[in-house]
Order: sequence, then C-alpha cells, then structure tokens
Amino acid sequence: MFLKYLARRLLYVIPLLFITTLIVFSFILLIPGDPVLALLGENATPEKVAQLRQQLGLDQPIIMQYFDWLKNALQGDLGRSIFTGQLVEEAVFSRLTVTFQLVVAAMVISVVGGMFFAITSIYYPNSWMDYVARFFGTLGTAIPNFWLAMLLVLFFSLKLGWVPATGFTSINDNPVDFLKGILLPAISLGAMGTAQITRHLRSSLMEVMNADYVRTAYSKGVKRWRAIFNHGLQNAMLPVVTTIGILFGNLLGATVVIETVFAIPGMGQLAVNSILQRDFTMLQGVVLVMIVLVIIINFITDIVYAILDPRIEY
Amino acid sequence: MKEELLLEVKNLETFIPTPKGQIKPVNDVSFSINKGEIVALVGESGSGKSVTSLSIMGLNASAIQYRPESSIFFNDKDLLKLKEKEMRKIRGNNIAMIFQDPMFSLNPVHPIGRQIAESIVLHKKVKYKDALVTALELLNKVGIPDAKRRLNDYPHQLSGGMRQRVMIAMALACDPKLIIADEPTTALDVTIQAQILNLLHKLQKESGIAILLITHDLGVVAETADRVLVMYCGKIVEEGTVEDIFENPLHPYTRGLMASVPELYGPTKEKLDAIPGVVPNPLELPKGCNFVTRCSYATEKCSQNAPTLLKHPSGNRVSCWYPLEKEGERGHYETAATSFS
Amino acid sequence: MSFGTVFKRLMAERLAFFSFIFLMVLVILSIIAPFIVPYDPLKQDLMKVMLSPSAQHWLGTDELGRDIFSRLLMGTKAAIQAGLFAILIPLCIGVPMGILSGYLGGVVDDIFMRIVDGIIAIPAILLALGITGALGISLWNAMIAIGIVFTPQFARLARGQTLQVRSEPYVEAAKISGAGAGWIMLKHIIPNIAPPIVVQASFNLSFAILVEASLSFLGMGAQSPQISWGNMIQQAYSMINMNAWMIVYPGLAIILTVLAGNFLGDGLRAALDPKYKKA
Repeated sequence: MFLKYLARRLLYVIPLLFITTLIVFSFILLIPGDPVLALLGENATPEKVAQLRQQLGLDQPIIMQYFDWLKNALQGDLGRSIFTGQLVEEAVFSRLTVTFQLVVAAMVISVVGGMFFAITSIYYPNSWMDYVARFFGTLGTAIPNFWLAMLLVLFFSLKLGWVPATGFTSINDNPVDFLKGILLPAISLGAMGTAQITRHLRSSLMEVMNADYVRTAYSKGVKRWRAIFNHGLQNAMLPVVTTIGILFGNLLGATVVIETVFAIPGMGQLAVNSILQRDFTMLQGVVLVMIVLVIIINFITDIVYAILDPRIEY
Repeated sequence: MKEELLLEVKNLETFIPTPKGQIKPVNDVSFSINKGEIVALVGESGSGKSVTSLSIMGLNASAIQYRPESSIFFNDKDLLKLKEKEMRKIRGNNIAMIFQDPMFSLNPVHPIGRQIAESIVLHKKVKYKDALVTALELLNKVGIPDAKRRLNDYPHQLSGGMRQRVMIAMALACDPKLIIADEPTTALDVTIQAQILNLLHKLQKESGIAILLITHDLGVVAETADRVLVMYCGKIVEEGTVEDIFENPLHPYTRGLMASVPELYGPTKEKLDAIPGVVPNPLELPKGCNFVTRCSYATEKCSQNAPTLLKHPSGNRVSCWYPLEKEGERGHYETAATSFS
Repeated sequence: MSFGTVFKRLMAERLAFFSFIFLMVLVILSIIAPFIVPYDPLKQDLMKVMLSPSAQHWLGTDELGRDIFSRLLMGTKAAIQAGLFAILIPLCIGVPMGILSGYLGGVVDDIFMRIVDGIIAIPAILLALGITGALGISLWNAMIAIGIVFTPQFARLARGQTLQVRSEPYVEAAKISGAGAGWIMLKHIIPNIAPPIVVQASFNLSFAILVEASLSFLGMGAQSPQISWGNMIQQAYSMINMNAWMIVYPGLAIILTVLAGNFLGDGLRAALDPKYKKA
C-alpha cells in the first residue's frame, strides 16, 4: 500500500522534473539576439562562435537541443563552462556539499527555533515569551536576509570578534570551525524560516488546541503540557510539514545572497558568478541541480506527511 | 435500595464578563446525582447544560468564571475548590466524559488502543503494554467486533457508532463513578442511537456507574433516564422522575418540549406544537421569569418576579408561578413562594 | 459585498489602515521624489563625505558626500516599481491563464497546471536570477523577472477559484439558461476570484520588494547610478567599519515597506472574509 503511494508520488515527480528542466533549459531562449554573440561578446572570432554554437547545439531545433542536453544530463554530463572550460558537473558537485551543509544548518535553526517559539507562545499565552514569538514571527518575514547578515557580521565579527566574518570550513575538516563559520550565515538564512514556522505552527496549534479531541484528552486527566505535545503537536505539524518542504527550496534559493555576503564557496555563489560571467552552461547546471534537490525534498515531504497523517489514502 | 449521594451541585453560578454586561450561562443551579442513577439534563442549545457539565469536569473555557457561592461536591470534596493537579486525578479516573461527536472527539492521528490506554496509564500504576490489554477487554465489553485487530485502527477507519463505542470504552477505562455523556447520540444515525443508549444502560446496570446524560432529545431521555432536569436560560425550571415529567409536566416549557416530540407523546396532532418565539438574548433576559417571552400563560406577575424552584405536591420540583394541570390548563395552584413575594 | 463595505472594514483595522496610508505615501513619493528631494541624490561632494545626521543632511551623507535621505527617497521608485510589476504582470498573464485553464479543464488544464507546478518548484530568487541573467542584467529586466516569478501563483489561485465557482449551482443555472462563457466569467467568476487575488497582490508587493532588494544587492538589478535600497545597502557594506548607519536606513525602509504590505494583506483578508469580525 505504502509502496503504491510512493509509486504514485514518483509518477507525479517525473513529469515535474521533465517540465522544470525544460523551463530551465529554455532560459536560453530569453537571451536577446544571437545567444552565442551575447555570450561571447561582439569581438569573438568566427571559429569560437561556430564552436560554441555547436557546443550548445544551437544549430539544431530547440526541442532537439533540449533532448540532447537532457540525455547528457541524465548521464551526469552537464557540459563545460563557457568561461573556464571546467566540467560543469565537477564544479557543481564540489560546491553542492558546502551549500547542503549551510541549508541543513539553516533548516535546523528554522525548525527548532520555530517549534520552540510556537510552543512556548501557546503554552504561555499573553506572556512576554508569547509577545516575543509574535513580534519575531511578524518581523522575521520582513527582514532582508543580507541586511540581517551584515548587522550580525558587524556585531559578532567586527565588534566582538567571536566568529569569522567570511569563509567556510567543512564539517568533515573541523567541526568547531564549521560551527563558528556556519553560525552567522545559518542564522541569517534561517531567520525567515524561523519566523515562517513560528507563525504557521502557532496559528495551527492554536486551532488544534481548541479541537474536540484535545478537550477529550483533558477529560482523561491529561496535563496541558502533555496535551500540547502528545495530542496537539502531531496534528498541528501536518500543515506545517508542507511549509517546511517549501522552505527548503526558499532557503536554497536564498543561498545565492547569503553565500555572496559571507564569501562561502557554494552553489549560490557559483550561480551569481556564472551570471556575471555570462557562463550559461554553468548557470543551467547549477539551477538544474538545485531544482532536482527541491523536487527531491518535496517528494520526501509528501512521504513524511503520509507517515504523520494516518488518514492519507495510499 | 438506599440512595447514596454521589454528586451534589449547589448554587452553581457562572458568569462571563463582556463589555455589554455579564452573561450567566448557568444561574444558580442546584441538583444532585445518586450512585448508579441516570440523570438527564435536558434543554435547548444555549440553555447552560454544557457549561454545567463542563463545570463538573473543571473544563470550562477560562473566560467563564464561578461565583464564590457555587460548589460541586463529589466524594466530600468541592471540585470547584480543588487545585488543577488534584482535579486531574479525578478527570478520567472518577468522572469521565463522553462527547457529542466521536468523529472529532477522538485524536485522528493516534490508534484507538493507544487513546484508551492513555487514561489507564495516567491514573493506574500499570505499564503501557498491560494498559493495552485492558483496552482490548474494554473494546470487547463495549461490543466492538474483532477488537484485537481494531486496537491499532485509527478513528477514521471506524464507523460513527463504533467510534462512539470507543469513546465509551475510553470513559470506562478507569472504572469511574460518574460518566457525563454530552449529547452522546446526536451525531449518530437513528438506528445506531438506540444501540448506544442500550449499551449505556447495560453498563450502568452491570457496573453501577451513574450517568449524567445531557441531551435535547426527549426520546433519548424517555428510554434511558431515571430522573430528569429541564434547563432553560441557565436555570433549572423543572425536575422530577422520568415518569412524572412525561406524564405530568408542570412547567409550560417542559410541556412545550414534550409537544414537539410527536411520536412519543399523546395522539398524533395536526401540527407540531412547537414553542413559539426564540430563546431570549442572554444579555437581555426578562426581569421576571426567563420564559415569559414565550409562555402563553404568562401574566403581569411573571414578567415582574422570577419564580424559584420549589416542590410541587405532585412530586416534581418546578420553577413557575402557575404550574400546569393535567390537560395543559393554567393551574390554579400557586407555588408556596407566592406567600413570600 | 460592496467595495464600500470592504473599504470601511479595512479602515477599521488599525494596522491595515496605517499600512495602507504608508504605502500610498510611498507610491506618491516614488513619483514626486525627484522634485522634492532636498539634494541631488547623485551629486557628489567630496568636501562633505560621511557626515553625521544634521539639520542640513537629516540622515547624513555617504562616502561620496551624497545626501542619504535624498537617496532613500529616490529608492522608493525601484521598490514600488518592483511591487507593481509583481502585481500587474501576474494579473495580465497569470489570472487569464488560470481562469482559462479552470474553465476549459481537460488537456489544456493539465498542460497549464504542469507548467505552473514546474515554475513554482524553482525557488523564487533563483528563477528571478536566471531570467535576469538570460535577459541581460538591468533593473528593467529584473522587474520583468520578478513579474514572471509571481505569475504561476496567480494562475493557480485563479484556477482554483474558477473550478470552485464553475460547479456552483447558480453558475450551472446560468449556463442552462443560455449564458455564454464570456458572460459567466464576467458575472460570476471574476467577482469571486477578485478577493483572494487582491489579498495575494498585497503579499506579492512585500515579497517583490525583498526580491528586488536582493537582486540589486547582488548587482543584478539597479546599476549605479540607479538607486535602489538594495544597492544602497551593498554600497554601504564596504563602509561598514566606518558608518554602520548607512546600512541601517535602507534596511529599515525595506522592513517597514514589507511589513506594511503584509499588514495590508492580513487586513484585506480579514475585511474580505464573509465571516468578518471586527478585530
């Protein structure tokens, strides 16, 4: 039964991947004028132009170009960088782990922080904690993450000197340096997520705590704490799981900004650089990998939802 | 059989402060329940019956406050004076509750076995595994077929009637002395209603549990209850044994309720004798008797002075200046309270 | 529900009311800013570099001696423009697409909605970045990108409402009595789609301002000498050790505007709710 459900979700995901990659691929159509000239500049030699045209497959109809690109992508071949000639898949995958660590750290902050704020706010209604949670939930979605990042750097790196202002150490190399380096980027990235989860879970919990089955739990002699954790939370988390899934994509996108601020050599930085260098194959590669990640995470979210909610029909 | 007092509600009065004045969902209500007795609390929605029952459980919304004179005695303890921690030991253990809609009253994400076992683990010193065994016995007791397999089912996998049986099993989990059943059959199909009522009756006979049955359905009352309390606008307007209430309703409101149940009472009428008018706005209750706006027998006296609940020679207690005679004529007998007014 | 009732309810929600006024002021500023700024926001004065706030320069001057307050006022244009693009492009493309998709159903609906799902799967900033990158880096292209980013949401919203309204008995009745598709859309579908779209538009405004600021910060939007709050922050970052306030002002401007959009959206949602209760 569950396997059947998995199969059905997969059947939804595959065409989605197909369409999304097509959209990413068709970015090239948006390039005004002759894309090759636009990419290489007006002064390019005719040989170079012809070579790139062939490399990009632009001498074929667009749909053929797409299938060629897709075929190669499925075999792990994302082409070569127009700018440096580096293999795109190598460049992307070397940066994937960096971005992944950053996004996971930000997700942990968002989920733990959001749950903490939402639950305390419900447990102590109209207390100062409640007001802090509400204030934060409102403000957190309005703060530009790069701006928050700068203020954090200003205070914790430049004034107090506790953590470095830029750079990244992988968790495999040195966990302590990893934590020091990832703290500010993860907080700046996760602030929005924390606020979103706080807001959503708080309103969801508030509704659930008024549900009949929570009253039933109280009538059994259950404590408030237990009513929230054992009866409210799992129900209240159901809609939030979807938010968390969407959040992953948003955070992944936001690495573009945060990695630039903190000079973290991840995929976001790579995306920005490829645009500035007009490195179109590289950009396609980065965006493709990010989107595949997003779709995988959404797939996992669906599965988690199905596990949490027994009412889902498999 | 000697009647032993189990629960005594005295002068229960609740109020909600609002910007436009106080609302009193329950206004000076007193009644008692004996061991092993089924008492029905009857009234329309908004009559205060639910607030009364939730007061016993200590589960009213925090906006609802109690007058200091109110008391609810159970086992020589005033439930209203108990600390939350002590009250928790009573809830689900000595007094359990069954709610109206089993669709929403069971936690949708927990298996039913776990939900029954939860209250056992909370109140008895047993392991979860043993509590599940008790839960299985309870499911058998309330007549759930193939109970062993059902233990791991989720509420949505059961029918409405089965869900209500689970609710009853849950209420029975710790052998309570009193079960409050709040509209236990309202959300169910008519055929299932009878089964659930029979089950409640059977359990009461077997284990001597007292039941406070809250309902607006007089059919349910007639089938199940020993004694009836009729509530209107936060007050008890009439009280008596089920026979007395049905054969000789004294309060015009009780009589109106009876008349709106055609198949149960009297010969078929051409049209339903529904009570005219609507329940008054709780912020603008009449000065005298609350029922005066809808009562066809009301006099000037009724709109000026509120009657009190007093014993009538026929056996019922009634709160009316002019209790009805058998044929529904306005009574000539005036309650003793007249002499004081 | 008439426009008047909704407006009255909206004005009764205090936060939404102030947010509405605030945003209106910003819209007006975005048009008249060039005429009212106390100083030419581009004029450099190397004799007056990095001044503290004073009566002459309310928020001080930047590293090139430009008046920060004047630059902040000029920055409203990019922000408001981004907000308008994020509302108008989806309104002109997404909504008709959604209505058509929901009304026609079948294969058209399947294809449209697959495309919408596909676009929504791409993180907003990344999509905006990719489109800007392809179109060529400029503020104008960034605006178009922002507009495209928000289009699928509107399409989805419009489609959902259309599906709902289409199966209402009164629409069925209109159909039976011979009403044409155009009539049904005009009379029944559009009035029902309007409320959620209006609410969403308000949130779009907020989010678009954040996206525009991010793009400009990355150098993919406003190009100097164009002024946007985002590139003001970016320029100020290099001076962070000398004057942190230069970062704070445009950041606060962004936060206030985004908050106003969010509050207005919340207020509109409440005001348009048929089960409205005064807050």
